Amino acid sequence: MTDSLPFIVDARPDAVMAYRGAQPIHVAEFLGDVASLAARLPDHRHVINLCIDRYRFTVAFAAALMREQISLLLPNETSDLIEAVAADYPDLYCLTDSSFRHAAIPCVDYPDSVERPAMSADRLHFPETQPAALVFTSGSTGRPVPNLKKWGSLVRSARAAGDSFNVGNLAGAVLLATVPQQHMYGFESTVLLALQHGLAIHGGRPFFPADICAYLDELPRPRVLVTTPIHLRALVAEPGAVLPAVDFLLSAAAPLTPQLAIEAEARFHAPLYEIYGCSEAGQVASRRTTQTDEWRCFKDIALRQDDQGTWASGKVIAADVLLQDVIELRGGDCFLLHGRTKDMVNVAGKRNSLVHLTHHLNSIPGVRDGVFMMPEDDGEAVTRLIAFVVAPGLTADAIMSALRQRIDAAFLPRPLCLVDCLPRNATGKLPHAALTKLAAEFAGK
Amino acid sequence: MSDTNSETRASNPDQEFELSKLIVGTLNLEIEPSQIDPEAPLYGDGLGIDSIDILEIALAVSQTYGFKLRSDDKNNVQIFSSLRSLNRYIQQNRVK
Repeated sequence: MTDSLPFIVDARPDAVMAYRGAQPIHVAEFLGDVASLAARLPDHRHVINLCIDRYRFTVAFAAALMREQISLLLPNETSDLIEAVAADYPDLYCLTDSSFRHAAIPCVDYPDSVERPAMSADRLHFPETQPAALVFTSGSTGRPVPNLKKWGSLVRSARAAGDSFNVGNLAGAVLLATVPQQHMYGFESTVLLALQHGLAIHGGRPFFPADICAYLDELPRPRVLVTTPIHLRALVAEPGAVLPAVDFLLSAAAPLTPQLAIEAEARFHAPLYEIYGCSEAGQVASRRTTQTDEWRCFKDIALRQDDQGTWASGKVIAADVLLQDVIELRGGDCFLLHGRTKDMVNVAGKRNSLVHLTHHLNSIPGVRDGVFMMPEDDGEAVTRLIAFVVAPGLTADAIMSALRQRIDAAFLPRPLCLVDCLPRNATGKLPHAALTKLAAEFAGK
Repeated sequence: MSDTNSETRASNPDQEFELSKLIVGTLNLEIEPSQIDPEAPLYGDGLGIDSIDILEIALAVSQTYGFKLRSDDKNNVQIFSSLRSLNRYIQQNRVK
């Protein structure tokens, strides 16, 4: 017999577990919504939960678990990826609270229901071994690779992460986030983190700095903001603007500069922690960036190195994961990050492999040769990729349009340079120096 | 709800050109401001800007026109659907 673990640790019926706008939602109401939705879900085994409203997403995730359905988390929603996944999971359906539709999979609308049948919180305890989520990463050949997460691993990982920065001290707080819950880091650091530590989830996902401030202003304290370096940079961009006080800041997805961390802590009057992780392993470590550059692994996660690189392993990681960053182990459970390995790129918090992107570029009919490269990072603004393409007969617009079908918008090249040939050497390889020179020529034009 | 007449009235080539210059300058786009078709989508197959760019544009708009873009009225996609609609929104809300 295996143990079961609760979906929500503070299951008192009158506890506030979410806010929609300034409106609190209590556990009893949440349980009613889950019961109602669980009874309506189609009888399939795999679901893509695209609910934009974080409360509805949470209801839908709980309802899927009740029905023993597995939620698929995709790195993006490009047409090609959805088709590829739909081909591998023929019973896949999509649950949505927007107008999203896709020809390859049936889409079910999140119901606007008012009935809330009474349900005991005991129904939301799930076996540790129950398959809960399939987290996809884009493999180097372009085929999406699934990573299975069991309920027990998700819960243990969320608890270890929250314990590492004592988020339990903020029980009763409300967590507002700008990150999408459809991606692994957003899923872990909002829905799972909050519900495993007695925090309430805010249903919204504010986008503009003015939205974030307005949403925070109408919430009671204590309050937590989960965001990314991109949003933090936008929030502090206006000198002197007064930002609403928060009690805890969490940043994920891409490394923060120490300067931005110092500024954010001062402007929000709150400690700022960063989480390091990847889709395959999930969250791995955290640090308070203003105090140390060393990352500390979460409980039960260990790193080791061999000639291939750095591996993460632990109870919450099903199979050891080779990390795509250059890491220096500092003894105990601490390490330093020294940027990505050569092939990996990170644009605004999204990771991809140059080999993978180049593969997609060369799959476009009419492209004879092509390559993606990452220019030198200037440390400030978001650095975009450059592509060099040999494609007589195609316009740059036509190639961009084809790329848009294949890859996430953040990785689209700026610029896309049409050239007569690529500077390949005698062995057919493309030396980085030759590409850098070519990029400089285009920049000088 | 704005009707077709008020939308026609609200298009102003000079204002749109100023906004074009602001966008091209903010995002370091490799095109001339006059090349942005005021009716073409800013997202996707048009100008190809994404959400990271929109945060940059929001900051530039705040500094130039003195008001902050908001999206909680769910009109974000519509506001950024073209240069013309973005300009119309800015002109309705600008305080400088």
